[in-house]
Amino acid sequence: MSSPTLPPSESFKFSMLLSDTRYRGMSLQVITFIIFMAVFFWLVDNTIKNLALLDKDVSFNFLWLRAGYDINQRLIPYTSDSTHGMAALVGILNTLLVAFVGCIIATVLGLFVGILRLSKNWIVAKLMSAYIEGFRNVPVLLWIVMVFALLTEFTPAPRAFKGAEPEATMLFFESVAITNRGTYFPAPVLAEGAYWLLLCFGLSIVAVIYFIRYANKQKKDTGKSLPTFWISVAVIIFPTLILFFAMGQPVSLEYPYLKGFNFKDGIHLRNSFLALTLALAFYTSAFIAEIVRAGIMAVSKGQSEAAASLGLRPNKIMSLIILPQALRIIVPPLISNYLNLTKNSSLAIAVGYMDVRGTLGGITLNQTGRELESMLLLMGFYLAVSLLISSFINYFNRSFQIVVR
Amino acid sequence: MMTKIAFVRKKEIPPSAPPITEVGLIGWLRQNLFSSWLNSILTVLSVYFIVIILWDFIPWAYGGHWNTKSLRECLDLDPDVACFSVLTARWKQLLFGLYPAEEYWRPTLTFIFLLLAIVPILFPKFFRFFWFSIIYPGLAVWLLWGGSFWSISIVYIGLTLGALFFLTLIRRYLKNYMIAAILAFLFTAVFFLFISNPLVGLLNVILPISLPFVESLKMGGFTLSLIVGVTGIVASFPIGILLALGRQSNLPVIKMICVGFIEFIRGVPLITLLFVASVLLNYFLPPGTNFDIVLRVVIMVTLFSAAYMAEVIRGGLAGLPLGQHEASASLGLTYWQSQRLIIMPQALKISIPGIVNTFIGLFKDTTLVSIISLRDPVGLASTIRADQKWNGIYWELYVAIGLMFFIFCWGMSQYSQYLERKLKTDK
Amino acid sequence: MEKTKINITDEVAIHISDMNKWFGNFHVLRDINLEVRRGERIVVCGPSGSGKSTLIRCINRLEEHQKGSIIVDGTELTTDLKNIDKIRSEVGMVFQHFNLFPHLTTLENCTLAPMWVRETPEKEATEIAMEMLEKVKIPEQAHKYPGQLSGGQQQRVAIARSLCMKPRIMLFDEVTSALDPEMIKEVLDTMIQLAEEGMTMICVTHEMGFARQVADRVIFMDDGQIVEQNEPEEFFKNPKSDRTKLFLSQILGH
Repeated sequence: MSSPTLPPSESFKFSMLLSDTRYRGMSLQVITFIIFMAVFFWLVDNTIKNLALLDKDVSFNFLWLRAGYDINQRLIPYTSDSTHGMAALVGILNTLLVAFVGCIIATVLGLFVGILRLSKNWIVAKLMSAYIEGFRNVPVLLWIVMVFALLTEFTPAPRAFKGAEPEATMLFFESVAITNRGTYFPAPVLAEGAYWLLLCFGLSIVAVIYFIRYANKQKKDTGKSLPTFWISVAVIIFPTLILFFAMGQPVSLEYPYLKGFNFKDGIHLRNSFLALTLALAFYTSAFIAEIVRAGIMAVSKGQSEAAASLGLRPNKIMSLIILPQALRIIVPPLISNYLNLTKNSSLAIAVGYMDVRGTLGGITLNQTGRELESMLLLMGFYLAVSLLISSFINYFNRSFQIVVR
Repeated sequence: MMTKIAFVRKKEIPPSAPPITEVGLIGWLRQNLFSSWLNSILTVLSVYFIVIILWDFIPWAYGGHWNTKSLRECLDLDPDVACFSVLTARWKQLLFGLYPAEEYWRPTLTFIFLLLAIVPILFPKFFRFFWFSIIYPGLAVWLLWGGSFWSISIVYIGLTLGALFFLTLIRRYLKNYMIAAILAFLFTAVFFLFISNPLVGLLNVILPISLPFVESLKMGGFTLSLIVGVTGIVASFPIGILLALGRQSNLPVIKMICVGFIEFIRGVPLITLLFVASVLLNYFLPPGTNFDIVLRVVIMVTLFSAAYMAEVIRGGLAGLPLGQHEASASLGLTYWQSQRLIIMPQALKISIPGIVNTFIGLFKDTTLVSIISLRDPVGLASTIRADQKWNGIYWELYVAIGLMFFIFCWGMSQYSQYLERKLKTDK
Repeated sequence: MEKTKINITDEVAIHISDMNKWFGNFHVLRDINLEVRRGERIVVCGPSGSGKSTLIRCINRLEEHQKGSIIVDGTELTTDLKNIDKIRSEVGMVFQHFNLFPHLTTLENCTLAPMWVRETPEKEATEIAMEMLEKVKIPEQAHKYPGQLSGGQQQRVAIARSLCMKPRIMLFDEVTSALDPEMIKEVLDTMIQLAEEGMTMICVTHEMGFARQVADRVIFMDDGQIVEQNEPEEFFKNPKSDRTKLFLSQILGH
């Protein structure tokens, strides 16, 4: 029996760095890394040189300096004596407000339009299709500017509401005024007992949660379903409503009224905020409608046929079979569109709304001359939001995956 | 007790017409518009809604003025109809920006050539004209910006010489692609650094061909939107492919760099990147360099679009039938060969609808340059509205601009849907 | 091969008379007349496009007929939703592509309809479901998801799911056509077992061996009409119509 011969061992050659699979990966990465680092250092070096020429340094101290400018729409207390950092925070909250309200309106609209788009009614389906295509194919900036122009040029000035025969009247029983300076709503005024109402409302919600749990258990044990929807609505509304009247209406409305050339009191929503939010909402709703439609259509017809042949009624087919499957398809791109809406809110500067880009990336940047630092912070903010939302999408995908072999 | 069940049909039953409520106009109406109470109500409401809108819109548009000199004149004549005169007066500006009027033939020609250059790419039948698509970028730059013909073509000449050098090395002298590539690269670098300028000067003397120079700031309107959009999408294509491949790579360093880049770009709004282009880019380049603003914007838009393109191509790569990689590897192809010959063509074919959608999005995003004071149509609208003659006009102007974008984008999306349908049936 | 002969009663389960259906202008079902007794097992065969699937889909109102009448278990199929619901809970259907609900486990697929249509308590529904899953011989897959099962197992789950509603009539629409060959037998065995227990069934299928073993009647359809019907032995040995002969030669040839 002869001993097995071993393959001859090769001696190391430099060309093996690239051609041998053992070393190739490493070599390529090392080369890429070196090139990347070289480019990176070149950029940094240039920046340092340029900054030196302009006598600037890199520091974030400006955040603690006095801002010196006013922001006319804000959610937290702020004056021109507050710091730049505070101004940035006001801007961030403004951005988040637009994003939040915009997303809600966009979702409601998008759901409505998307479901109607699937209607068998030809006119309705075509109308919804026109809505979707119309909004999707025109740039969002144009919509923002257009809606703003509409709100400022098309609406009456406050003084048009004056006099015995005014040119313009308020809506909803003299409570809402749409003017070219903004829209005025009644503001809620909380009196003494208002906090009891809040407590009652909170308790109603807790009660509804327990009721739903109870109803589910009943269904499991006896098979009978209870009308959970209507009972929940009643439980949420009636106790709080009854308490409201019993306590002598502790929440009242402060109506805006015309004084001089302007409206006073009430909530004042400026046109820049309205234009930005409404335009973003309508624009994004068109994309959401398509996502909803695609999601529902993606559930194969056979699913609803099988459910129907088992005797399930259409509303149960939708809630038990179609929606759970459709939602899995709809939610990730839906959240992606929320992110897009948030990013698009940075166009606020076009209508003068002070979002984070208007404050931090706008006036603060111009006044302090800290372009590099401001842009870094600004981009950092958007990156943080986007990473948060992406990780949420990933979490959703992982938890609700339909199990496949 | 079984009854006889044997049965044979003797006479054929011919097809007959369906009952009248099923087909034709009545059938269609019944099924589509009036199939239930809810549907009938919806139909009536929708028709009412449409009629109201048209009732107001048609007289307003139809009776519009086209030839007045200002808004005031329009309003004096008849305030209830549209004042389209703003379009008559300013349409050239909306299309070309501040481009010199006597040179309008140049952007127009560029646009026509663009359509011709796209044809070989979109319709494989005409692939033999692909050479035109390759020379088109140089031709377009020369037509739009002007200057000497040779300064542009020297780029093509240099690259072609470099490619020829590479091929000669491979064919006759060297076996190793890597070394030949490095040498060819050096040769091209030397050419551009030392030989190109004198050569251009020489050619300019022998055969001067040039067009009057037009600076970037004069470009505006839809021409600017197209320049930024088309250049962005075309240039981002190869970068996007590289990024998509890098993202999929097994090598951690490359993967991290690609993922980092893509996630960074997709996480920030385009407006911040444009702002970087207009303000910060100068910091990152050696002191003293001063780039053309349009070029800077195009660079940022390209990088932006490349990240989204990479994601689309990644989707296309994921949609490939499994086993393509293994099949090509087992045939002995190298990584780059299998990418070039097998993987990429299929992945790109699947990605085309996504690519067209990215382009539509990019084209709409070109309006953002108005915020950094470039004169795209939206920016021009503000300028026109600020003009005394047209102060206060908005519907007519915005509707016209919106309509132009709509036609372009909707057309592209219809094309993309057509492609998707064709691809589905192609299998 | 022993053929089990079950007593076919005189009670009429399905009565179709002069039924016509159009898809737009296309006359897909023409003057269909069919009477199915309780306990009878019928196989419907024919070339594709002959309307056989459409026929059985009309029986549980997945398709609407435009002319004629269909009476199932004494209830006529009209636009009245109550009648449709009643008929659907008596008639079970199994589809070519299984149509299991992918987001629910096997057990949940089976308990869904009893719980939500008949308002059965969960415990009882689970018992019925496990009983049916045992009948189709895959009780151990109760907590798996459809995506984790093979084609044959999925189809058997689909059969169990329909059986949980205790139907009196079962409709099978080409239930083995989408299966790999080695899985066809397990599904056919399940159907044979059902047939031997006396279930009234109409099967649209190409499996002629199954027809021979189980069917009381084989119906051949072409161009939307019933061309020929007979007992299986006679049908296969002495087809009377030319079209039947042509079809059989194509099907039995390989």
